[in-house]
Amino acid sequence: MSLLSVENLVVRHGLLQAVRGVSFCIERGETLALVGANGAGKTTLLRAIAGAHQPAAGRVLLDGADLTDVPSYRRVGMGIALVPEGRKLFVQMTVEENLLLGKTAGRPGDWSVDKVLEMFPNLKPRRHAKTGHLSGGEQQATAIGRALMSNPEVLLLDEVSLGLSPLIVDRVYAALQGLIASGTTIILVEQDLNRALSVSDRVICMLEGRVVLEGPSKQVSREDVTKAYFGLHRKSPGSVPA
Amino acid sequence: MSNQIIQGILLGGYYALIACGLSFMFSVMRIINLAHGSLAVFAAYALWLLASRFHVSPFLGLLIVLPLMAIIGWALQRFLLERSARGGALLPILTTFGLAIVIDNMLFEQFGADTRSLAPYIGSLSYDSWEWPGSIYVGKLAVIMFATAVVLLGGLQLFLTRTRLGRSIRATSEDPDTAGLVGVDARRANAIAASIAMVTVGLAGAFLGMRATFDPYAGAPQLLFAFEAAVIGGAGSLWGTLVGGIVLALAQTLGAQVHPQGFLIGGHAVFLIVLFVRLSTSGLGLRGLLRLPSRSAS
Repeated sequence: MSLLSVENLVVRHGLLQAVRGVSFCIERGETLALVGANGAGKTTLLRAIAGAHQPAAGRVLLDGADLTDVPSYRRVGMGIALVPEGRKLFVQMTVEENLLLGKTAGRPGDWSVDKVLEMFPNLKPRRHAKTGHLSGGEQQATAIGRALMSNPEVLLLDEVSLGLSPLIVDRVYAALQGLIASGTTIILVEQDLNRALSVSDRVICMLEGRVVLEGPSKQVSREDVTKAYFGLHRKSPGSVPA
Repeated sequence: MSNQIIQGILLGGYYALIACGLSFMFSVMRIINLAHGSLAVFAAYALWLLASRFHVSPFLGLLIVLPLMAIIGWALQRFLLERSARGGALLPILTTFGLAIVIDNMLFEQFGADTRSLAPYIGSLSYDSWEWPGSIYVGKLAVIMFATAVVLLGGLQLFLTRTRLGRSIRATSEDPDTAGLVGVDARRANAIAASIAMVTVGLAGAFLGMRATFDPYAGAPQLLFAFEAAVIGGAGSLWGTLVGGIVLALAQTLGAQVHPQGFLIGGHAVFLIVLFVRLSTSGLGLRGLLRLPSRSAS
């Protein structure tokens, strides 16, 4: 049984159908990259998995349990943690307070404030600083750390490199490599195709709310993904090895 | 003069107590509770009822009334404020305005227009005082009120910063959607915050009844004092509420020295000055307030 299954998921924003019947599975320890142009529905899909958007149709299953009607705060306790686009930190609170919040309804596990600070040493001197005063890289590290504090089964990362300098992105991805190596299951939304393909086991490309390409990252060429990205390649059986 | 200043500071403790719940609800739930004063009077009546009918001391009565106020806060949030908040920012204000009218008239219906007080049930505490050097007399009740305000505000500050529940409440006040994504049940956090606010209202109501008289319509002036203290102290800041209460009380006490009518006028004047300065520094000010909305040429 797959760790997480998404079945024919439909999510609407008013009259706009942002996700149109998306289905996929992810196995334990796998890293899945979700790529696609702006407005493809990647963020909406990720937020629907986290419970921030109620789907109009379809199901989200974690270890076989139907999460579709489970509110977002309870999904955290079941093992789903989201690092949202734009970090969404509580800026009036310190780094430590933000990290501790991640533990509010989380599962028992190894992650602690000290372990997060070990993973992101640049946060150590900023432990008691309000997150509104941090640099973009420090904020991103805090957002990832906050999600890890809940000891998630599935970590959802939405545009973790957005707005960061290449040097900081390298640091964030070095930390992610450590997480991947430790067997954490990750769904990663990323605009940078090279990074998405290099860290993931499998890639899904979305266009206008639909999956237009899916396959193992090592077997999918950059050209295939680029074509799918711009709608020049449509998903068809056997077109991309799965 | 030093006597007036000390009396003003101690009175500020009472204003801080009554403003505390208003400020707390505003900072956490972004709701201005116009039923705040009426709920304080309701708590005072509940204590009076226990004291006059069942001979329960008002201090012991708090053991019954404060949990009752917590339940009322929970129910208020779940069944009234949460639902009205879905209709925009104005609807909760109108809802609490309506609630104040309902409470006031319910109390009038039940207890009539007679003024009541808890002073007869607390013995000599209502008039006893300590003599300080320089022939300054400070009322024991006023000192207890001030100490209660400091302990309450300090306790709330510790609760919000040092406990998991306190952090959850702060996170919910900052961004309820993201709070949900990190595992915080925002509905529960808001309901608990409303309960805490109502417990502080219960305490304020108890001291209102002990230090003065009250009647069914005494809620409106209490709301006004609470609102003024909260705004002077910077709405949403707990320690600011204490400062606001003290500034308001000092202005009233010193105003009363200038003119017999100066008690209320002094407080209102300081409130208006602080409000004007706040608006000026936030880019509004009188000119901004008076400026008509621009109309695009058609």
